Amino acid sequence: MNDNGTTQHGVSVQVRGIRRSYGEQEVLKGIDLEVRPGEIFVIMGASGSGKSVLLRHIIGLEAPDAGEILVNGESVHSSDVASKYRMALVFQSGALLNSLTVGENVGLYLSEHRLKSPDEIRKIVLDKLEVVGLKGTEDKLPTELSGGMRKRAAIARALVIEPELILYDEPTSELDPVSSVVIGDEIYQLNKRIGVTSLVVSHDRDLAFGIADRIAVMHEGEIIALGAPDEVKRSQHPVIRKFIHADFKRQPKA
Amino acid sequence: MFQNIGEIALLFWSTIRALPLVWRQRAKVLEEFHEIGNASLLMVAVLSFFLGGVIALQTGPVLAERGLHSAIGGLVGISMAKELAPIMMSILIAGRIGSAFAAEIGSMRVYQEIDALRTMNINIVNYLVMPRLVAITIALPMLVTFAILVGWLGGATVAQVTTQIDVPFESFFENMKNIVGIGEVMHGVFKSWCFAWIIGVVSCHQGLTTRGGPRGIGRSVTKAVVNSIVLIVLFDYVLTRLLLH
Ligand SMILES: Nc1ncnc2c1ncn2[C@@H]1O[C@H](COP(=O)(O)OP(=O)(O)OP(=O)(O)O)[C@@H](O)[C@H]1O
Ligand SMILES: [Mg+2]
Repeated sequence: MNDNGTTQHGVSVQVRGIRRSYGEQEVLKGIDLEVRPGEIFVIMGASGSGKSVLLRHIIGLEAPDAGEILVNGESVHSSDVASKYRMALVFQSGALLNSLTVGENVGLYLSEHRLKSPDEIRKIVLDKLEVVGLKGTEDKLPTELSGGMRKRAAIARALVIEPELILYDEPTSELDPVSSVVIGDEIYQLNKRIGVTSLVVSHDRDLAFGIADRIAVMHEGEIIALGAPDEVKRSQHPVIRKFIHADFKRQPKA
Repeated sequence: MFQNIGEIALLFWSTIRALPLVWRQRAKVLEEFHEIGNASLLMVAVLSFFLGGVIALQTGPVLAERGLHSAIGGLVGISMAKELAPIMMSILIAGRIGSAFAAEIGSMRVYQEIDALRTMNINIVNYLVMPRLVAITIALPMLVTFAILVGWLGGATVAQVTTQIDVPFESFFENMKNIVGIGEVMHGVFKSWCFAWIIGVVSCHQGLTTRGGPRGIGRSVTKAVVNSIVLIVLFDYVLTRLLLH
């Protein structure tokens, strides 16, 4: 899907035998996976299974105890990967800079790296904010936004980078169903438009099965299933069955 | 502790290397500079006026009793310029601005803002540390110069109005001029410039290494202020020693 005339190509990501412990607790117990260029890869898993920690390793914020992460075949920790490939992480918490306005946050990458003139940046910022449904918030401070709005602003900030690899940490966890669909759609459209490799962490089943090319399920620091959405759905692994079919047990009133 | 000193030295070095980019960050330097001035100008004025005054009050009567009226101006002048203004103002700024540096950067660390900057390939030293350091190393020497002048004024005022001293305003400064020159003032200002580096680097380093939640920020702030003050006092002795010749 990376050679169908898109203007940009996504990068591949290889995660090989990643292990990471915090003190006594081993959070990642040997993760292996490969994300192909231009695909949407979704990682599902229970809270606390180590998904956010894995993303932090993939983008190079943290170094594993063992194993390696390769972006297009080069280690993320080699010094030139960060400048060679554009990568973005949408943090679970948003992680907007609280001292800047929403607009300044969204345009930060362009303004700090002086990639565009202030007028152009303003135009791009307004455009991206509109995409995520935050028109008119550019002069507000992040603290004046709701949790879900902050998350969407963080997505806008990542879109501005026009990355070759984009990591989303629970992009829809704080959104209402309608906004979730809008964001899910945008993740899908962006992927199709510029062929960006997208790695989405989510426990939103609808989102996962709606947009994923492939899905991995993580459980207590290990990958317990990996494959196309249908394969994962058919998996007989008890944890996966529970995860996919979990529902409220309330009986309808007689 | 030794590892910290190594890290602090490293941060100092990367800040020096980031200095050529200062023009790009001028807006932030100016903003910090403003902040420092706004936060401390009044405090500095009040503090140094009374510091000068109390030196005059402590030494004046003793000297006057022995007929050494002419020494009072020089004594107040030299102690203000060479020691009291630089050290007291630096401690004040460590408490007021060093704490703010550590808190701001520490909360950015705790709330993953620094991680976000790193994923955007934005250099933390250029973006956060260097502008603050440039601002404080310009602002503190200016504040100290101001403090020296106000301190002298305080001393002169007290010397005139206190009956046990009774040295008129003009002769206070006349006597001071014989002992205190531009060299003495520069001595104090230079020391405060060194202290500004200490406060800036120690506080920013402390902010960057903040761990844990809001509690961690509190710990960082305390450590930044205490470590800055300890280092200031130690360096004060060393610098004074070196500047003796
Ligand atoms: N900096 C850290 N220090 C110590 N332990 C950590 C740290 N970061 C994460 N952990 C631990 O690692 C485990 C996995 O955390 P992680 O944030 O990756 O979970 P998650 O899968 O993203 O969960 P959620 O869906 O709730 O976001 C947790 O048990 C957490 O306590
Ligand atoms: Mg998480």
